[in-house]
Amino acid sequence: MAKKLMKGNEAIAEAAIKAGCRFFFGYPITPQNEIPEYMSRRMPQIGGTFVQAESEVAAINMVYGAAGAGARAMTSSSSPGISLKQEGISYIACAELPAVIVNMVRTGPGLGGILPSQGDYFQATKGGGHGDYHLIVLAPSSIQEAADLIMDGFDLADLYRNPVMILGDGMIGQMMEPVEFKEPSERPLPKKDWAATGWDGKSRKRAVINSLYIAAEEMEEVTQRLKARYQEIKDNETRVEEYMMEDAEICITAYGTVARIAKSAVQKLRAEGIKAGVIRPITVWPFPDASYAKYADQVKFFLDVEMSLGQMVEDVKLSVNGKKPVHFMGITGGFVPTPSQIAEQVKNIMKEGK
Amino acid sequence: MTEQILSAGFGGQGVLLLGQLLAYSGMREGKNVSWMPSYGPEMRGGTANCSVIVSDEEIGSPVIDEADTVIVMNRPSLDKYESKLRKGGRLFINSSLIDKKATRDDIEVYYVPVSDIANELGNARVANIVMLGAYLELTHLVKPETAIAQLKESFGEKKAHLIPLNEQAIEKGAAFVRK
Repeated sequence: MAKKLMKGNEAIAEAAIKAGCRFFFGYPITPQNEIPEYMSRRMPQIGGTFVQAESEVAAINMVYGAAGAGARAMTSSSSPGISLKQEGISYIACAELPAVIVNMVRTGPGLGGILPSQGDYFQATKGGGHGDYHLIVLAPSSIQEAADLIMDGFDLADLYRNPVMILGDGMIGQMMEPVEFKEPSERPLPKKDWAATGWDGKSRKRAVINSLYIAAEEMEEVTQRLKARYQEIKDNETRVEEYMMEDAEICITAYGTVARIAKSAVQKLRAEGIKAGVIRPITVWPFPDASYAKYADQVKFFLDVEMSLGQMVEDVKLSVNGKKPVHFMGITGGFVPTPSQIAEQVKNIMKEGK
Repeated sequence: MTEQILSAGFGGQGVLLLGQLLAYSGMREGKNVSWMPSYGPEMRGGTANCSVIVSDEEIGSPVIDEADTVIVMNRPSLDKYESKLRKGGRLFINSSLIDKKATRDDIEVYYVPVSDIANELGNARVANIVMLGAYLELTHLVKPETAIAQLKESFGEKKAHLIPLNEQAIEKGAAFVRK
């Protein structure tokens, strides 16, 4: 298929359709409005369903229902809207249902602003709603990767019966880049024999979609099953990109769009003879801790760069485990770090270290 | 080769479209491209702008640190973005609407009365395409034919009658800076 120049939001919507998503439920909020807009146009063309719900809470519960019936369903929103969806997301996680949730993160807290931010990392990776659960959280750094990860995301959700979040930011949503859609994968996926699709009373067990377990024994069984599944996800699905790390003496680490800015910073530094590299988590949950542990002996220090006050840096510190200093650079308010700013920060740390 | 372009003006002057045409045309010629609009509150009053990168290499930051080219279609954009240009970079000014001169002397400045030229062609809305013609004449970033081919695809049959006007606009823009 030929490359097309597309806005991130539109590429994500089209990729979801290519992955077999036929139910989209949303509510408008900048900077992700092109996703529901695109879905409202495309879904009727392919026999799918688009609903602009009356609220974010309604939209996520429609996803809960469609997923419970075995359909590939998706919702998208941005930070304040994602906060509203948290109860539903927790229910979906407990009911062990596959679903895809897109968060094009904007600045906050509060209603905040519409510019790009990475302030929702804690919410996405540490369980934004109540209870013991995790989402699989994928953080694309380009439009191509956003399209690919959406398609993978639907497979991962089905494979592990677990909600998947695509953690983007305003830039991923609004930027245009060439994208080439892959064919849907042929990854073998389990049959959805748990789905509530109507019961004839005899041919199989009654399908019950539920997230209420009053008896301690039952609740424990569910949470222990989730625990085992999370371990399986950690073992099999952790993804990371290591960029110019082979001979790196300095490790810059960042996820999403900031990671590509960090790569530009590395090119600037390398041109000046400073051996820097980038570790870029692609899954921010499960977190690629082994990569950091691997390079902790090799590099002099780590510099974590985020469009936040410092969230992923906590996971980086846990992974480096005190072996080397972990510095932090945070840009907030909707400003985006520049390659020069990051390169300067590296040089400042080097100076202070001497 | 990496060319980083900032295109700015009032909403409605076609500065986002101008940027998209450069990105589409770059992609048509096999280059890596990114296009990033401003979508902040500034769109409502002052200026709209977009950052376009066209490169032979993988594009790192889609956010432009220092632009190789700045195109300004109105006065507030000149005030805001002249400083964003790298030393030796090119500044294209819509001199029909901007009576001010550039303040820096370490850059190349081109004053092109694109709104007047567009009016002479009978359609004020092609001012951005006149600017595209001037830009391509001086930078050869992509061939003008590539931009025309892209316009043909974007316009489709419904607006195919606008193609000759746009071809003229590109040619007039190019001719103005050629002399």
